[in-house]
Amino acid sequence: MVDVTRGGIESIRPAEVPDVELYHPHSWIEKYVFSQDAKYIAIQYSITALAIGFVALVLSWLMRLQLGFPGTFSFIDAHAYYQFITMHGMIMVIYLLTALFLGGFGNYLIPLMVGARDMVFPFVNMLSYWVYLLAVLVLVASFFFPGGPTGAGWTLYPPQAITGGTPGQEGGIILMLVSLLIFIIGFTMGGLNYVVTVLQGRTRGMTLMRLPLTVWGIFTATVLALLAFPALFVATVMMLLDKLLGTSFFMPAIISLGEQTGHRGGSPILFQHLFWFFGHPEVYIVALPAFGIVSDLIATHARRNIFGYRMMVWAIVAIGALSFVVWAHHMYVSGMNPYFGFFFATTTLIIAVPTAIKVYNWVLTLWRGNIHLNVPMLFALGFIVTFVNGGLSGLFLGNVVVDVPLSDTMFVVAHFHMVMGIAPIMTVFGAIYHWYPKVTGRMMNDLLGKFHFWVTFLGAYAIFFPLHYIGLQGVPRRYHELGEAGFIPPSVATLNAFVTVAALIVGFAQLVFLYNLISSVFRGERASGNPWRATTLEWQTPETPPPHGNWGKDLPVVYRWAYDYSVPGAKEDFIPQNQAPVTKPA
Amino acid sequence: MPVVVIFLSVVLAVMGWWLLQQRLTAKPWLEEGVIGQYDGTGSMSMPPAKIAVWVLIAVIGSLFALLMSAYFMRMGYPDWRPIAVPRVLWFSTASLVMTSIALHGAKRAVDTRYLPAVKARLIAAGFFGVAFVICQLLGWRELTAEGFLLATNPADSFFYLGTGLHGLHVLGGLIALAWTANRAWQKFAPETLRLNVELCATYWHFLLFVWLALFSLLTGYAQEFGALCGRLLT
Repeated sequence: MVDVTRGGIESIRPAEVPDVELYHPHSWIEKYVFSQDAKYIAIQYSITALAIGFVALVLSWLMRLQLGFPGTFSFIDAHAYYQFITMHGMIMVIYLLTALFLGGFGNYLIPLMVGARDMVFPFVNMLSYWVYLLAVLVLVASFFFPGGPTGAGWTLYPPQAITGGTPGQEGGIILMLVSLLIFIIGFTMGGLNYVVTVLQGRTRGMTLMRLPLTVWGIFTATVLALLAFPALFVATVMMLLDKLLGTSFFMPAIISLGEQTGHRGGSPILFQHLFWFFGHPEVYIVALPAFGIVSDLIATHARRNIFGYRMMVWAIVAIGALSFVVWAHHMYVSGMNPYFGFFFATTTLIIAVPTAIKVYNWVLTLWRGNIHLNVPMLFALGFIVTFVNGGLSGLFLGNVVVDVPLSDTMFVVAHFHMVMGIAPIMTVFGAIYHWYPKVTGRMMNDLLGKFHFWVTFLGAYAIFFPLHYIGLQGVPRRYHELGEAGFIPPSVATLNAFVTVAALIVGFAQLVFLYNLISSVFRGERASGNPWRATTLEWQTPETPPPHGNWGKDLPVVYRWAYDYSVPGAKEDFIPQNQAPVTKPA
Repeated sequence: MPVVVIFLSVVLAVMGWWLLQQRLTAKPWLEEGVIGQYDGTGSMSMPPAKIAVWVLIAVIGSLFALLMSAYFMRMGYPDWRPIAVPRVLWFSTASLVMTSIALHGAKRAVDTRYLPAVKARLIAAGFFGVAFVICQLLGWRELTAEGFLLATNPADSFFYLGTGLHGLHVLGGLIALAWTANRAWQKFAPETLRLNVELCATYWHFLLFVWLALFSLLTGYAQEFGALCGRLLT
């Protein structure tokens, strides 16, 4: 048993680290606008991502209005509808979730959690944000371009993405592709920073196996993103050339609007391979940081050490590696060799093993824990339940024979929204409520937070459970209007109206969250440096919010892992990572 | 997609090998204690910039591996008309080899701390690097003069895309080289200069490697080699 007292004898002096290498801002603009401080960059990333995310939320309302009450809103014609679904999907996946988890949480948490003063390359880090902002602006510009944004569906499949008749094929698709290229360049700059900082910026005593799981999740996701985004880059460049210079990488000989196009012999399947070679790791680029964050939220708010830390780390790494060999399960209906489908179905189902290990470990962490049902914990629990739900429907879709009839139905929409829409967003909210006191020095309103959670959680199920049923009825996705189809029962129309109302209510709850987020900066209850009594380093900074350089004169020294909660014999129910052990008398 | 799967296997193997050195089987909940009591408490001894360059190499490598995968997939279609690679590309290949040799020499010269040799070799590297770009442009001009334009045939499209993307990375390498040379001229600080020159050399060796892979693909040698391997395996 370990006998620990707070402020025990330090057996080694913290290194006095000179901050000569740290960049010091000289003006207001350098400090707040073109800041090289990872914390400001994180806030800039988060605000931008949330702002564009709200645009995508509004787009989802509009498409739900059409699905729930077809023909009622004259301004949502088929063109507009396709533009809404395309932009909603692309913004949510890339510009909100990827940017927020890696650019937002990654920037804020990595340096603080590993005990660094800042990212390793602050200037490149700053550049990364501004390039990301440029990508967002180019994307937004497509809304104002003649013809509007692209309506090709978020997967941008050729040939329809760049041929006549598809909304936004004049300019919208070009801006979309250019925006993606810019995003990838910006992300690579940031990603280099996250990886090198985890490898090289760790403070003394911080072994890899003492890293909080949040850092493991973000680190592995960044590695995935760095290796997977080039696939999207190549695909995007090729499609741009097809569109602008008449090449035929993806474009087959095709008659468009009654005229033979100049293309010949291109392969749309080649695009699908490239797109999904990026697209599937993308799921884990979003999920792995969520896994990590949820692990930390659960351990902190259940006051228990995480169950099976080693297994959790191995599972993250295993999922990361496996995610590169499952991409073709998105292409079962593309006419592939059946043996190929068999291979990808097998790898897809194998990935359920490390994922299930993680779920069991979360549940076992909660087992006999001192569970505090505060807002971050509620969202973390919401994540687990939703992720399990979405994961189970993934087992259906991962099998070729079951997937074929379900392909391109609302069942798929329900599945991926549960598993990589709602589940990661739950984590995003939980993480914001959790780390808000560190970022602003104030707590968010608890009552509004609980309202936000319950409406979002129950509302999400009210939206997506019916969609499974609608999908099983054979209702296809991406249809502007179902029309008279004999196989669709009338209950589908009723359910669609119900889902739309639920979606609007959930949307309203997000406005409450937005209000809470902004008003708490000014009116929130003042928070102490470590209001959740957590062990990880970011809560042990001398000042809250942490100043430039994070740690004052001395960097922290780490003596233990990140999950010393409720240690028997300890005075308090948590022991910070930088608290030295008491040397026992001989 | 065999090329990219092989490439990623190599990258993942390197990362896996590295992870295995990191005591992933440690039981951190039992390892409370001071620095030095357990292994692996410090960061890696490599400078951050060096790791960053290797990470960048993995990213760019992934880009070209995917491009080559796409090339292999596309060339199986019946309308593929392989390109007759302009002869000037042999000169550009030689230039790139010379750049690599010059930078390797510069690295060794920094070790001997003989500044004039460092400068001479950096100039030589820059000269051959620029020569490479010029040769590539001449190759493009020759092809366009013969009527092989970007959209003439998929093989042509891939030729221009591959050489173009590689060329852009070479231009990036030239900027890094100019930056390093600037340092050598301004102030001779062997320690930092050594790192700069070393990273430049690493990046240019990588560019050479990518070019050789791309060149062998464009000339058809890679396909012959692949067919030979296939025959041997069967």
